[in-house]
Amino acid sequence: MTDRQRGSEDYTNRARSGDAETHEPHVHARSATLDERRGGRGQTSEPTDDDPAPLAIEIAGLVKHFGETKAVDGIDLQVPAGGIYGLLGPNGAGKTTVIRMLATLLQPDAGTARVFGDDVATAGDAVRERVSLTGQFASVDEDLTGRENLVLLARLLGYSRAGARERATELLDAFGLTEAATRQVKTYSGGMRRRLDIAASIVVTPELLFLDEPTTGLDPRNRNQVWDIIRALVANGTTVLLTTQYLDEADQLADRIAVIDEGRIIAEGTPGELKASVGSGVLSVRLRDPARREAARDVLQPVLDAPVVRESDPAALSARVTDSGRVTRAFEALSHSSIEVSEFTLGQPSLDEFFLTVTDRSGRAEAAAADGSEGSGSAEGAGNAESAATTRTVATADRVENRSGNRPASDSKRRSQ
Amino acid sequence: MSNGPPDPDVEQLQLAVSDSPRPSRPSAVSASLTFGWRALLKIKHVPEQLFDVTVFPIMFLLLFTYLFGGALAGSTDAYLQELLPGILAMTVVFITIYTGVTLNDDIDEGVFDRFRTIPVWQPSVIVGALLGDAVRYTIASTLVIVLGVALGFRPAGGIVGVLAAVALLLVFSFSLSWIWTALGFVMRTPESLMGVSMLILFPLTFVSNVFVDPRTMPGWLEAFVAINPVSHLVTAMRGLMHGTATAGEVGIVLLLSVALVVVFGPLTMYLFRAQQ
Repeated sequence: MTDRQRGSEDYTNRARSGDAETHEPHVHARSATLDERRGGRGQTSEPTDDDPAPLAIEIAGLVKHFGETKAVDGIDLQVPAGGIYGLLGPNGAGKTTVIRMLATLLQPDAGTARVFGDDVATAGDAVRERVSLTGQFASVDEDLTGRENLVLLARLLGYSRAGARERATELLDAFGLTEAATRQVKTYSGGMRRRLDIAASIVVTPELLFLDEPTTGLDPRNRNQVWDIIRALVANGTTVLLTTQYLDEADQLADRIAVIDEGRIIAEGTPGELKASVGSGVLSVRLRDPARREAARDVLQPVLDAPVVRESDPAALSARVTDSGRVTRAFEALSHSSIEVSEFTLGQPSLDEFFLTVTDRSGRAEAAAADGSEGSGSAEGAGNAESAATTRTVATADRVENRSGNRPASDSKRRSQ
Repeated sequence: MSNGPPDPDVEQLQLAVSDSPRPSRPSAVSASLTFGWRALLKIKHVPEQLFDVTVFPIMFLLLFTYLFGGALAGSTDAYLQELLPGILAMTVVFITIYTGVTLNDDIDEGVFDRFRTIPVWQPSVIVGALLGDAVRYTIASTLVIVLGVALGFRPAGGIVGVLAAVALLLVFSFSLSWIWTALGFVMRTPESLMGVSMLILFPLTFVSNVFVDPRTMPGWLEAFVAINPVSHLVTAMRGLMHGTATAGEVGIVLLLSVALVVVFGPLTMYLFRAQQ
């Protein structure tokens, strides 16, 4: 349990303490079905009933440097078995490096990573029996046909000749690739290739599936198809570790999310928790008469008890609010002051806002000027969130500031959407 | 969602992912053969890659027979009897470098990551590729021998002797290929790999007893020829084809082959695992 405690310092405290308990029964149930599936072959490293409930992934102090680049710079992470776990971060954040280490493709420089209790560095073979990887770039043979790819993998996983052909047909049908089955993969569209890639990853249904940016570059329709596939897998009991740089994807799919930036986890929690740490929502007010903006601001500020931001639109104001009751009162206050309003909306905070808040802070900490171009709305919003932020976000900000102090020239990498 | 290519059907999806029991792990031999099958499929889909194993041997055989034959052995016919086993060894040894080049190409493809995450006997990825290459070497050997016979090559060892010589050549080439697979992981591009391989192969094949009797060479060169593994291979193959081979001649080639695999096999597998 020491690892688990160590991994849950500061910002993850709240989420963790409840988490281990609530997941415990679920994990046990799952481990039973897995035993059945493995058909008694997993004698090697099967946890006994005395062991603590196995996590799908348990990472402690994981480090991977490529020369000067600290791709992964000390990550602690626990992923419960079952469901979808999202690793969210901009390009170059270290997501792929983490996945590659977990899939035994890379050896960690320091720290440990366990998959269902097996150490990826020392028990690679046992790990490979339980995981499957769909890489960022199609992990299929472009020269071969779709069917040949699937038959090849089925054979390598131990299917008989006939069994392999049957399994390939089944997967081709299920993934809508039957018509393209006899064409070389290099002729496939991006969406087809991605579907084949995922099909190849589940020839034998893995207990843990790594999906590295599964929808990057796909159109919305293909993206929805991939989402359907992922949901079907999870419904069947597979744990999915998904990396994405799309916030809505993490929001839609993931049960829990770790936000990763520059090789470190800067926040962790359920999508709801992450959103809540930004504040409960954003109130946008637009006035009929821009001249009354200052007056409106003076009215709103005390009622909302939050900083009210002047938007670049001269008639608009916005504020982050935690208490929707105050919003109602704010509306009344404006009516009483006979300030005419053309728009008064309370928007749900999105994960985007959270993401910008977290990554924007790190930008502001080291170079406020460089981030100024991002647009006054989100930049000021980030500042204002401070009052509404939970302890976790504050802790996050501290981490980011400490870290960026040592590294002045890494601004260009940061995403500013 | 009804136009365009068919959508994955959710029910079928559920069915496809609802798992059947995981089959037991394939044996090392079975996995290697499956990777060999992949190599053959690639030949089927990209037949251009047979260009080197067909044109190279024919060109070499014709070129050297008629270029040197008259000058070195009095007649092309007499020279051919000595040259053919050597040319056969040389061409096949030369085309082994494509093993490394293909591997180097493969590594850059995402599919290699998949192979590395599958729970199979890991060397089967390489062994299978080499088995596929053995098919290419066999094609090259067949071409050289058929053309040789057409030109007047008459092996005293008969069909058995020729087959034994080809078998020995395949064993040696398979073993030698581990050098290129190791290099395939070390070098960054296929081009640089080609460069390094040529640097090794030119002296190895030309500074040998393939073309001329080593006794005509200066002492230091003769010394190198004497220890050159390719010379031993050619000597043994000549012996087998002409029915004069000794157990020692064949034995030393087999010993060299084992040594190559023992050194470069584990090295390749170490690099395979360390590959980033």
